[in-house]
Amino acid sequence: MRAQTETIAGERQTRHLPRWMRHTGLTAGAVILVIIVLMGVFAPLLAPQDPYEQNLLARIVPPVWYEGGSWEHPLGTDHLGRDYLARLLYGARVSVFIGVTVAFVSGIIGTVLGVTAGYFGGKTDVVISFLITARLALPVILVALAIVALFGSSLTVVVSVLGLLLWDRFALVMRATTQQIRDADFVMAAKVQGASTLQIIVQEILPNVATNLTVVATLEIAQAIVLEAALSFLGLGVPPPLPSWGLMLAEGKSFILFDPWLITIPGVLLFGLVLAINLVGDGLRDVTAPDSRN
Amino acid sequence: MSGDGGRPVVLELRDVSRIFRMSRGPFRRDTITAVDHVSLRVRQSDVLGIVGESGSGKTTLSKMMLGLLAPTSGDVLLDGKPLSDFSRRVLARRIQFVFQDPYSSLNPRRSIGSIIAQPLYIHGIGTRMEREKRARELLDVVGLPARVFDNAPGQLSGGQRQRVVIARALALNPKILVCDEPTSALDVSVQAQILNLLLDLRTEFDLTYVMVSHNLNVIEHMTTEVAVMYLGRIVELAEAGSIFREAAHPYTKILLRSAMTIAPGGGIPDVHFDRNDPAYKRPATPPLSLL
Repeated sequence: MRAQTETIAGERQTRHLPRWMRHTGLTAGAVILVIIVLMGVFAPLLAPQDPYEQNLLARIVPPVWYEGGSWEHPLGTDHLGRDYLARLLYGARVSVFIGVTVAFVSGIIGTVLGVTAGYFGGKTDVVISFLITARLALPVILVALAIVALFGSSLTVVVSVLGLLLWDRFALVMRATTQQIRDADFVMAAKVQGASTLQIIVQEILPNVATNLTVVATLEIAQAIVLEAALSFLGLGVPPPLPSWGLMLAEGKSFILFDPWLITIPGVLLFGLVLAINLVGDGLRDVTAPDSRN
Repeated sequence: MSGDGGRPVVLELRDVSRIFRMSRGPFRRDTITAVDHVSLRVRQSDVLGIVGESGSGKTTLSKMMLGLLAPTSGDVLLDGKPLSDFSRRVLARRIQFVFQDPYSSLNPRRSIGSIIAQPLYIHGIGTRMEREKRARELLDVVGLPARVFDNAPGQLSGGQRQRVVIARALALNPKILVCDEPTSALDVSVQAQILNLLLDLRTEFDLTYVMVSHNLNVIEHMTTEVAVMYLGRIVELAEAGSIFREAAHPYTKILLRSAMTIAPGGGIPDVHFDRNDPAYKRPATPPLSLL
């Protein structure tokens, strides 16, 4: 008996594993993502120098492959003589941290609102749908600008502002998926068994919307990272000297004609990170599509 | 009815109606009377069959018996007390439901074992180990092999899934099972197995059934009494044998004639059913002597 159960479970795994690996986009995105996350995590070990140490005598040293570059600063230095590679590594930390934290905060807000609206329907749904519409009418950048101007810029302010603004997609998707399964027989079965509303939502609804939640979360991480870069570029994101890829773009913009690598290197990394996250999100959606389930 | 006066009435519907309001555009409101002044009594160990065409109010009626829908007027009494006196949890221990569709009534994200143990978990009965043990016992009771315990619902066949649904319904030792078309989503070859399982369980646990179906063969095979529903009313209520021998109401006769048989040369039954015929309009309630 036991052995038989194990072979069934084993078969299920081997059937799923190749499918996951066969999805090129998902694999490629996951590899890039893992590399960037590892860069951020091990930044103190990998960075050749202190990312904050200025050296005005070695300003705008080009990367090693340009004339005048040296292995002392493999990716050169910025306009204050800080090591570019070190700042990029530490910047990965900031970008990934902001992306994940913002998605977490907005994910909780959006899921609570969306599931509540979808499950209860009626007046609750009307009120929450109005909240979602009101939120969609707010231009994120403008609101973020106003709040940062009021409270000053700090990592905490950026994370809270984006977290409180980016829950709309979570709420919309959770509301729609909850509506789809709220009338399923297994929800009614839980009611007949005497389950409380909270038990029904936690045990019956949430496990069935979890994959959609993951997909939306990855997309929101990407959006939060891009928005942070935009805010930092406008000078209202993370405050200097904290290294962030958006801030590095902003600081490099005056040198775009003569030293374009100051822009291209963080630009390419930002592009790669957001692309990787979106690939993973799309891949997850494909792999967890209903036909591959059960 | 004769001969069953000694057994207590466990479930009673007194003049129950249910009206749904339909919104058709911003200013038009329509009402639909799904169940229209229905009175029924179910005695202990009875198997009450409810037949009728689609839309005749069978499912609405069974939902009201379970307390999932409140009647617009009238009372549903369980053991002589109104259903509204019971909390959802207390009710769950007395009356349970077997669903029509064994595919959507099992949460695809849970294992079979946890689905069967779920009622025990909700009611906080036993430790985790005890609940697992009980779930394995229930698997055995409904004739499923122990190895499906860790499987997902998707790995089981329709008939096996329906056995899981029955096992879950039995977990709290209810007295009454309401079965809404328990076999209509199943293969013909499996239908008989499930029905026989239900009959065996009835004697084993002294269960009372309310069996909703539009399959007359199922009703004939299973029930002790039959209520025929038409347009939200009960047009005929009789013991199972007599209704098949001598149907009184014209609608019942039509229902009996329209049943398909596998007899060779039977063909598709040719039923002349003129809904405008006064005999089928707004049926009267059955004579009180039947109640």
